[in-house]
Amino acid sequence: MQSILAVDDSASMRQMVSFTLKGAGYNVIEAADGQEALEKARSQQVDLVLTDQNMPRMDGITLVKQLRAMHAFAATPMLILTTESSDEMKAKGRAAGATGWLVKPFDPAKLLDVVKRVIK
Amino acid sequence: MAENSNPGAQPGSDAGGFDLTQFYGVFFEEAGENLANMESMLVEIDVDSVSDEELNAIFRVAHSIKGGAATFGFADVAELTHELETLLDRLRRNELKLRREMVDLLLEAGDVLKLLLARYQGSGEGRPDTAALVARVKQLATGHLSAVVGDGRRRVRVRVGPLAEPATADGLAELFRDIPSLGTLEPLDGGKAIEGYRTFKVRTNSPDEELIELFSFHVAREQVAITPFDAAPVRAGGPVVHEGEGFGFFVDPATLPAAQAAAQEARNAEPKPRAEKSQGGNLESSTLRVSVQKVDQLINLVGELVITQAMLTQQAKTLDPVQYQTLLAGVTDLERNTRSLQESVMSIRMIPMAFVFNRFPRMLRDLAARLGKDIELKTVGEATELDKGLIEKIIDPLTHLLRNSADHGIEAPAARSAAGKSPTGTITLSAAHQGGSILIEVRDDGAGLKRARILAKAKERGLAVRDEMSDAEVWALIWEPGFSTADQVSDVSGRGVGMDVVRKNIAALGGSVELDSAEGYGTRVSVRLPLTLAIMDGMSIRVGAETYILPLASVVESFQVESKTIQTIGSTGRVVRVREEYMPVVALDEVFSVPRDGSEAGCEIMVIVEAEGARTALLVDELLGQHQVVVKNLEANYRRVAGVSGATILGDGRVALIIDVASLVKRTRH
Amino acid sequence: MGMMESTFTTPGTSAHLHPQEFLTFRLGAEEYGIDILKVQEIRGYDQVTRIANAPPFIKGVVNLRGVIVPIIDLRLKFNLGEAKYDAFTVVIVLNVLQRVVGVVVDSVSDVLELGPDEIRAAPEFSSLLDASYITGLGTIKPATEGGETRMLILVDIEKLMGSADMALVERAA
Repeated sequence: MQSILAVDDSASMRQMVSFTLKGAGYNVIEAADGQEALEKARSQQVDLVLTDQNMPRMDGITLVKQLRAMHAFAATPMLILTTESSDEMKAKGRAAGATGWLVKPFDPAKLLDVVKRVIK
Repeated sequence: MAENSNPGAQPGSDAGGFDLTQFYGVFFEEAGENLANMESMLVEIDVDSVSDEELNAIFRVAHSIKGGAATFGFADVAELTHELETLLDRLRRNELKLRREMVDLLLEAGDVLKLLLARYQGSGEGRPDTAALVARVKQLATGHLSAVVGDGRRRVRVRVGPLAEPATADGLAELFRDIPSLGTLEPLDGGKAIEGYRTFKVRTNSPDEELIELFSFHVAREQVAITPFDAAPVRAGGPVVHEGEGFGFFVDPATLPAAQAAAQEARNAEPKPRAEKSQGGNLESSTLRVSVQKVDQLINLVGELVITQAMLTQQAKTLDPVQYQTLLAGVTDLERNTRSLQESVMSIRMIPMAFVFNRFPRMLRDLAARLGKDIELKTVGEATELDKGLIEKIIDPLTHLLRNSADHGIEAPAARSAAGKSPTGTITLSAAHQGGSILIEVRDDGAGLKRARILAKAKERGLAVRDEMSDAEVWALIWEPGFSTADQVSDVSGRGVGMDVVRKNIAALGGSVELDSAEGYGTRVSVRLPLTLAIMDGMSIRVGAETYILPLASVVESFQVESKTIQTIGSTGRVVRVREEYMPVVALDEVFSVPRDGSEAGCEIMVIVEAEGARTALLVDELLGQHQVVVKNLEANYRRVAGVSGATILGDGRVALIIDVASLVKRTRH
Repeated sequence: MGMMESTFTTPGTSAHLHPQEFLTFRLGAEEYGIDILKVQEIRGYDQVTRIANAPPFIKGVVNLRGVIVPIIDLRLKFNLGEAKYDAFTVVIVLNVLQRVVGVVVDSVSDVLELGPDEIRAAPEFSSLLDASYITGLGTIKPATEGGETRMLILVDIEKLMGSADMALVERAA
């Protein structure tokens, strides 16, 4: 079973994402901010990272950068969940090493669709 | 995102076949907390010295609520929070300066958001119109401001090159020096060219064209690239590869699975030692959300356990201590463990008073503004804990007391100054444990209670008063229904329906309230509440053939007396002399009409109890022992009984009534 | 001497499905029937703790598996003959008014099912109970040839327990 690391400081978002992905047969690891995600990532197998951008302690872009610096995550697909799809955000995400992005709000069906495309 | 004009419909409930309504509960709870956070942050803010961190935190609140609202289809909430987010974003980037009216508007927006969310949760009536509010937020977000950092000028990044001579770009700096109204220029590259390019940050009100015109004096037009600031320089790498509706990829997804196999150059960052935990820990991750029902059930079960343990302890007493040594040791351990367990479990329901105090700064701020007064709120002992059930019920009475202080206690600034006081009045809210109770006080340094006025009003109402009444007795008149000496009935308080209801409510919680005051200096209201309701230490006593329980915390001492030492006063009063004091005597067999069979005269046991500072001696037949009792509510299935505060189940399964000591003590006082 | 105890499960719904089931009991010379859905269990009378200054028909409270339950002696309430308390004294534990309450009666009989044709309106006649608490009269045909038809006074036990003179529920002053 594949594992997805879902990072968002909003519990209701995490719940929805988690529920949706679990329903599709993935294992979901939740984290409330980048720092927590980083700690969890170090000890578990993760096949995809889904992260919000605006979070306390460590934001999504930074998390992606940090993960990319780790050997195990050099090639893991990472998607940034963002409310803005400005060029600036895209550029930042790309520069950090993200695989792609998803614009909030999204519905569960779209989430699954995108996840299926990138997960290994 | 569906536009929802039907208030009854549940938005977001059908998103591509997924039922999102199950997540609403958590979202509402979370949003509620977020809004409460935002409010307290806003109230605390010092407009003149606000930190970036504060603005960031408030921004995140709006952002978080927006995300959830948009996902679940709460369009009006999403729209409003989106505008707030825009405003807050500009504020946190220092593009706008914070002004008090923004704080007020944000607070107002917070209130409206609460209403909107309440509607979605099923409560609340009409639909607040958010259009006007949204417009005002927009206006504040885009308006021009005073000339401090980030005064509404736009920011751009200017990249100049490739330059044969990087120094020519310095000419641009000169331009800005020579033409102050042009704006400001700041090198982003530390003054050194990178591969022949120089980069600057420019703040200006002038359009790009005008800038390029001016720059062309120093560098060729084609060498100037102006982009909005904050756009991260596009690094090496191609454009976005694939973009769909609401998402996109930077790489060809098809390459991903293969990429893992490829040997990538790993910049080897070994995970830092696990010992490096984040400092201080995030408060949120070290707590759990648990439903109150589960906690209550846990407490009930522990209560049952205590009863069973008491029964075992009692049975064990009848056993031969030598033969059953191990068993008895086990029973002793059990008693100790049960007590620990019960203490731990009871503490789960204990919540710090901060939970109650938190709502008051905002309320007082608005109230003071409305009354035209200057009031500061101080809180002491917010960490003092109180049982959850009591916490919820103490809020209304405390609110009323605070409003009273603000409205009638604290004087207008002019009056205060005239009296030699600081124009800012202070109200202090404090909470502290005292013995088996919690003492909550509302103190103000206002005008105090006016004795003469109260007496006059009482006389007017035909209450029996004497001019020589002690201050305490005069203050106690305030508790009479319909009593208010306020000159004008403001809509805040003072319609005279307040204080007696406050006292009744507090009494219903098993507590008491007292007033004290010094005219010209201030007033203090003291509320005393029992700490926990569910489990207490009791002393069981026998009266006739019946067993009753006295709360151990109320028992001062006990001793044997002979009936002749009890003296009669008047026709029905009896007193007993204890050392230097004469204390009223209450015979429990009379109070509870316990059937007597005529025997047992002569030796009596006297138990001295204390409640609300007064002592009384209770006459009982025998002391049976001390033990913990689980307090059961009589009123769940029956009703309130005079003189009885609850019931408990003894080790043998029988029910014993718990005596309401305060009411017995009061009996002897009137 | 064992206590007579039996428990009836109380289904969650309160919809009146015809036919209705009634628990029948005797009080004085008459037989009464109450909605079985209001009955939680039947117990013996034991270890009642007296409550001071309560009306004499409120005997006190008992511990029912950890819950404090008041006991009302209907025989005393309605001044019926002799109220003795022995091993055969029966307490019907009711679940009414969102409370658990016990009532002492002379004896308890069976649970009967009555169809609508077996229930008729109660005429105005003087009985123990105010007619407003009586929902009808049930007739039970004799089981054997030549036997007597039993008459069952059907009572709205919840309404009765909630009445002011039962002194169970505190009324606002």
